[in-house]
This record gives sequence, C-alpha cells and structure tokens, in this order.
Amino acid sequence: MKLYDRIFKPRRYELANGKYVEEKFTRLPLILLILVICCVISVKVTGFDMAVLVKRSKYFFDMLESMFPPATDYLPKIWEPLLDTLKMSILGSFVGAVLAVPFAALAASNLVHSKAVVFIVRLFLSIVRTLPTLVCALIATYIFGLGTMAGTVAIAVFTFAYVAKQLFELIETVDMGPFEAMEAMGSTRIRTFWTTVLPQILPTYISVSLFCLEGNVRYASILGYVGAGGLGLIMNEKIGWREYSSVGMILIVLLATVLVVEWTSHAIRKHLS
Amino acid sequence: MNQKIAKAYEEAPRSWPVKLAVAFVIACILAWSNTAVVLKGVNAGGAGVAGNILAGIVHPDPALLFNLTTGGVPYLLLETLCIAFLGTIVGAVISVPLSFLSATNLVPKWLAAIGRFAIAAIRTVPAFIYGLMFIRVTGPGPFAGLLTMSLCSIGMVSKMFIECIEGLDKRILESLDAAGCTTFQKIRYGILPQLFPDFMSTLIYRFDMNLRDATVLGLVGAGGIGAPLIFAMSSYRWNQVGAILVGLIILVLIIEWISSKIRTKLTRG
Repeated sequence: MKLYDRIFKPRRYELANGKYVEEKFTRLPLILLILVICCVISVKVTGFDMAVLVKRSKYFFDMLESMFPPATDYLPKIWEPLLDTLKMSILGSFVGAVLAVPFAALAASNLVHSKAVVFIVRLFLSIVRTLPTLVCALIATYIFGLGTMAGTVAIAVFTFAYVAKQLFELIETVDMGPFEAMEAMGSTRIRTFWTTVLPQILPTYISVSLFCLEGNVRYASILGYVGAGGLGLIMNEKIGWREYSSVGMILIVLLATVLVVEWTSHAIRKHLS
Repeated sequence: MNQKIAKAYEEAPRSWPVKLAVAFVIACILAWSNTAVVLKGVNAGGAGVAGNILAGIVHPDPALLFNLTTGGVPYLLLETLCIAFLGTIVGAVISVPLSFLSATNLVPKWLAAIGRFAIAAIRTVPAFIYGLMFIRVTGPGPFAGLLTMSLCSIGMVSKMFIECIEGLDKRILESLDAAGCTTFQKIRYGILPQLFPDFMSTLIYRFDMNLRDATVLGLVGAGGIGAPLIFAMSSYRWNQVGAILVGLIILVLIIEWISSKIRTKLTRG
C-alpha cells in the first residue's frame, strides 16, 4: 500500500488555519484490477462461455417443463419422507444447538482466560465447520447405516459448528459486570455463567438456532442423496427413473414446508426481539 | 435494601404457566422427532469403519495432495475456488435487480411480495437439481457448477440485499435534493456509499459459503473437488479422502481468515 501511495500521490488540501490534510488516492483501480485478474483466471479455468449459455439456455427449462404438471397422485407417498425430513432437522438442530453452548463458552476469551484452551477449541470449531455436511452425512451412513439417523447426526454436526461460532462471538460482547459481581461473591463458574451470561445471550441464541433450523429443513433434502433419509432419498430415486412430474410434486411440497417453517420461525424470532 | 430486593422480586411478573406450556410443546415436538433415531442399522462393523475412516483422514495420501497435474488436489482446489468466485459474481449480478424489485420501500407491496416468493422458490430447489438442469445446457464440467452456484447464491444474497436496501437512510437523498444534485449524483453520493460496504460484506460471506458448499456439485458431476471426494469415499479410499479434505479445510480456513479481515475493514470504513 505504501508503494501504491508513492506512485499515485495523495492530494493535499490547505485548510483555513494553514494546516495541510492529505486525501489518499482512491484504491478503486487496484481493487478493480485484482477483481478483473481473478475473473479472467476463473473464466479460463471453468470454461465460462457466454455464447453457449445464450445458444443452449432453452435446454435449461427442459426439465422444468417435464416437471409440470406435477403428479398429484404421488402426493400420498411424499408425507412420510417429508415428516422424516422435518424430524431429522428438528432433532438435529436441537441436539447441535444444545451441544454448542459449552463449546461456545470455552471459546469465549472473556470467560476462559487460558489462551491455549480458547485457541484449541476455536480451531476445533473451525475444522468442524469446514467439514462439508455431505461428507459428514456419508460417513454417518457408514457408521449408523442408511436412514434418518445418519441425516440427524450430519445436521447436528453442522448446526453445532454454526451455532457455536455465532454464540462465542455473542458471549464476548455481553456485559461482564454481573458476572464479576457473582464471581466476587464466591459463586462457582458454571452457576455464574448460568445466571448472568445465559439470560443475556438467550434471545439471540434461540433466534440463531431457529435460523439454522430453517436452513436445515432445506439442507435435509440434499442429504437424502447420500442415503441419509428424508425427501432427498425419494427425489434421487425419481430423478434416476426420470419421473420428473413426481420430482415437481416433491419440490412443491418442499417449498410449502420451507415457507411454513420460515414463517413460524420468523414469527417466533420477531416475538423474541 | 433487602426489603427493596424482596419487593422487586415479588413484583416480578410470574410467567411460569406460559413457560411451562412452551416447555411442554417443545418436549412434545422433540419426543415426536425422536422417532427418527433408529439404531437398528448400527452393527459391530460400524466402529471398525469409523476407525478406518479416522485413520485414513489423519494419514492423507501425499501423492494426491502434492500432485500438480489437473487430477491433483491443488488444481481441483483452484477449480473449486474459481467456480465459487465466478458463481458469486454472476449470482450478485442477478440478485441486484431482483432485490431492488423486492424492497418494500421502493416498489408497491404486491410486486415486492411476488419478488420475495420468486426468491423463496429459487432457494428451495436443491443444488443438485440445478446442477442436473445446467448439465443439459453446458455438458458436465465446471461451467455447469459455476452456473449452479450462481443460482444457489441468489436466495441468500438477495435476502441480505433487500435488508440493506430497506435500511436505506432517505434523509440523505432529501438533503442532496435540497442541495440541487442530479439523479446521477444522488445515486453516486447518496445511495452507493450506503449500500456498497454491506453488499460487499454479504458477497464475501457468500463466497465463503459457496466454497464450502462446492462439494455438493460433485454429486452430479458439475466440476470442482466434490466428485473426486465422493468417488474416493464410495470406494473406501480413505487416504485420498484425507488428502482432499486436508486441502479443502486449509483452503477454506485461509479464505475465511482473509475474508474476515476484509469484512472488518469494510464495516469500520
């Protein structure tokens, strides 16, 4: 940045009182240059071709067209996998969110003074978060067998990592006054956490968990692809058999469910804040 | 002092019936979803498989990890990075008009409602279905992956964009009006500075997510590191899975670190 300022000289203004202020030259050209270089490399690597897109984009709607009209007679067979998906996401989100609390407390630098513990817990959380959910689900199917259990585990792991990250950032911003007061009165650390920190973070914690639940309902439909139960399982099956009208029906049911879950959780979150 | 505390304590609202009811409802929901836990698939082999997986993951295959050809981990990671990057940009380009059309403070309510429903519908379709659709357009490969990523990004990106647009401070525009600015000047000095940092921050966050979700594309053969990862997993080559995962995790951690730096810089101005 210093070199950049030397090439593009900052502009100097003289103020009324005889002092000088400098306005640095805009960084925009540099940022644009970097973005353009990244774009060019990406276009090269991915083979992006506008001509193909324009010429063949009508094929995109092939599958959509064959999904309509959706097969309504397939509807009765959707309910069970749909309930499975809902169960998986609710239980997974709950277990993950509950497990996240102790880890978030350990990763918050204002509660734990040992830098080593904070670092190790945070590294662990980062690694769990970067682990793709699909990989988790696939490993879970090897361990727990095909079915909803594997999906529940994968969702719980994902929720755990996401909620713990949000939560420890939240814990670091709480008001530490009551915490110190309780500690000074000789209360144990767990009791102190329970009575002073938890009430402060509770509304946001529940809201984050609900937000995660919303995403999980949608995500649970992908997990079926690797055999982890739920809507994805029948969706994968129907795609394999090219029964696209059934796939359309599944997607409509999924959309309705997601909208209902989102609306409910939105209402609860509004009530909380 | 103590009396005051006791009085305040007594006057505190007693909401235990509501709390009890909420707790009861939650317990019922949990008990119902507990039926998803089916342990009959678990057998003695499960623990052995888990041990093999762990052993493989902590002993990554160095031949794959440091292979510089197009089949090696570094090139696959580059490809994934490029898919996520261009996918985010294309998604952003589509999201901007869509979110302006769905912001309740700019357009009539019915139009905003339609826009929001469209966004929710786009979000609901799982990534692998988009992947299958795009493969018909472009054939298998990273191009299809990039288009899938961009369509998947639209949902979340436009949701965040809408929130930014609805939080716009209109008083600035009024004062610019009063100072006699042209429409272009109003956009340049009144709207862009308000939206730009939030938009960039959203996009960088989404780029992070796209990088992490890119494995899903491998399911349908839409390029990136997902396909080799899933092939390696379904053929139980855990050393290769380890190599790919190590590469992916390191890349994601580095990108996350850089993006959090940029985002804090953006929010502080």
